Amino acid sequence: MKTVMNGDFAASYGAMTSDVKFVAAYPITPQTLIVEKLSELVADGELDASFVKVESEHSAMAACIGAQAAGIRTFTATSSQGLLLMCEVLHWAARARLPIVLANVNRAVAPGWSIWADAQDSISQRDTGWMQVYAENNQDVYDSILMAYKIAEDNDVLLPMMVNLDAFFLSHTSEVVDLIDNDKAKEFLPAYDPEYKLDPKNPRAFGALTSPEHYFEFTYKMFEAMEVAKKKITQVGKEFGDIFGRYYDMTESYKIDDAETVLVTFGTIAGTAKESVDRLRKEGKKVGNLKIRVFRPFPAEQIIDALKNAKRVVVIDRDYSYGNEGAFYTEIKGALYDANLRIDTYGMIAGLGGRDVSTTVIKEIVEKAETSEPNKTYFIGVKK
Amino acid sequence: MIEIRLHGRGGQGAVKAAEILARAAFYDGKVVQSFPFFGVERRGAPVQAFTRISDDVIRIHSYIYEPDVLVVLDPTLIGAEGVNILDGLQENGKVVINSSKKPEDFDFHGKNGIKVFTVDATKIAIEHKLGSASAPIVNTAIVGAIAKVTGLVTIGSVKKAIFDTIPRYQEKNAAAAEATFNQVK
Amino acid sequence: MLLQLKLPSIRLNKEISVEEKKIELNKVDEFPPMPVSLGSMRVNKTSSWRNFRPIIDGEKCIGCGICWKFCPEPAIFPTNPPEVDYDYCKGCGICIANCPVDAITRQDETK
Repeated sequence: MKTVMNGDFAASYGAMTSDVKFVAAYPITPQTLIVEKLSELVADGELDASFVKVESEHSAMAACIGAQAAGIRTFTATSSQGLLLMCEVLHWAARARLPIVLANVNRAVAPGWSIWADAQDSISQRDTGWMQVYAENNQDVYDSILMAYKIAEDNDVLLPMMVNLDAFFLSHTSEVVDLIDNDKAKEFLPAYDPEYKLDPKNPRAFGALTSPEHYFEFTYKMFEAMEVAKKKITQVGKEFGDIFGRYYDMTESYKIDDAETVLVTFGTIAGTAKESVDRLRKEGKKVGNLKIRVFRPFPAEQIIDALKNAKRVVVIDRDYSYGNEGAFYTEIKGALYDANLRIDTYGMIAGLGGRDVSTTVIKEIVEKAETSEPNKTYFIGVKK
Repeated sequence: MIEIRLHGRGGQGAVKAAEILARAAFYDGKVVQSFPFFGVERRGAPVQAFTRISDDVIRIHSYIYEPDVLVVLDPTLIGAEGVNILDGLQENGKVVINSSKKPEDFDFHGKNGIKVFTVDATKIAIEHKLGSASAPIVNTAIVGAIAKVTGLVTIGSVKKAIFDTIPRYQEKNAAAAEATFNQVK
Repeated sequence: MLLQLKLPSIRLNKEISVEEKKIELNKVDEFPPMPVSLGSMRVNKTSSWRNFRPIIDGEKCIGCGICWKFCPEPAIFPTNPPEVDYDYCKGCGICIANCPVDAITRQDETK
């Protein structure tokens, strides 16, 4: 059923369609609407789940860990400072191999206080063992949550997944979202039934002291699981498309076959970039766009394949790894190096703290790349 | 794709107006997007809201800099310090103003092909007891005028959108929209 | 008296399905995905940690349930009088320290 809703509500409904049984969350702008809507759905009896009010984001994730370990499908949502407060338990959820799904509204990190779009929050949690999806629009938010459970709960994956949506550009923007019928959703996503869970009839010790004899192997197991997840994400994206008509993968190429300049983007900037590609092509510029939808696990193979014929690779990061460059830029270069591809690359930092990345800004970025020294990082739009 | 920018003051409901407009267009079979200017809103401070209406998928996620249609919920914003209502308005663009004045009373009417339309949405809102007499809420009313002037949405869909968006006094709000639809000049 | 407190029975379920034997992990493929005990933790009998055992005097016991509540294992069952599970009691002495009527005494383990 098609309706109009903002990105926050799309996340709430995504959790509801996924038939989550437990929600623990702490409100923070611009995620608040997700929590409000979920508590409303639970209170109205539309969603049969326990909703637990907690005193912090750390507690929210801790509560989800407990419930998920007991064999129940859980959901939480946060943003920025909240995600950072969760850091310790994010690691815990991943290493305990609990397929929790979290919606994170990408918001800048203080100080100065900012409630606006910026991926620094989730990028700084890159190495917590969570899979990361970056949504382009509200439909993507909704669909990604449903797919996230299917991928995360796979017995050979068992890793938590974070679905990221840009603050305001999605969270508070109303768009058309096609909601999936509950029965159809259940066919796609069967009930959660993990092999290892807290069960009084089958008492086990979870997350106990692990000596150097064993710890290493558990990390290796996560390496293996991430490799499986790569295949699984593609497979589930195709399966989802076959059923619901909307296809997803780890990356999405737009007009790259003959493109000399390929933009590499994620989140809402990817959508605006596709619009820019069309406008720039009208001006005779051979531009294409590669959207990175999934950042963890990192889709190196798909990236290499998409970029191998490009003359120029222009990576737009709405984040910055202090002391180096944009996180996506570093990793894209790494992938190209592994494939022996020596292409001119440009690291473009843009849109920090919610600064708008319009089609005009993207045009500027392309022009900047055409006229600047390659293999360097540039901050776009700094007031000089 | 048609881009609409709405100017109002915090508390007048410009954001809701953008949403009602988008929802109405959705009922008419269009692809839509609506969002507020992402600021720290205060009652009385100038605010903006945006609506995009298209036949195809809307990929762009950024503010509207070159609108096809401008909507002004509060005429005192015209010429107010730090507010440039006309900024980026397309040639032959349309401006819908909540005002008791005539379109010709605005000096930009006719320049660059700009067409101004006016309707006294404040008076209509007071007549329909929307908000209070000192602080009437004009957001639902003005959408009727936008429907008439732009032809982007049908008045039937506007009324349906009001019923689905506004929690209370839906009848009165829908009637106010119908009134501006009939009275806009 | 304890029965009046309506204490939940925490006696171990006898119908446990996991194997009660120690499992050695030598190859990564044999590892579970997360750090979890593969067999029941019941095989991990901790009584060898103990150098004394608590003895409950049923005559002195007033059935307050404090020893049951405070036992960190938990290795005390809320029967009347309470019963210590000497397979798992580590001999920490918390029950002795908290008994309000000194009904629990320590007895050295003799090897």
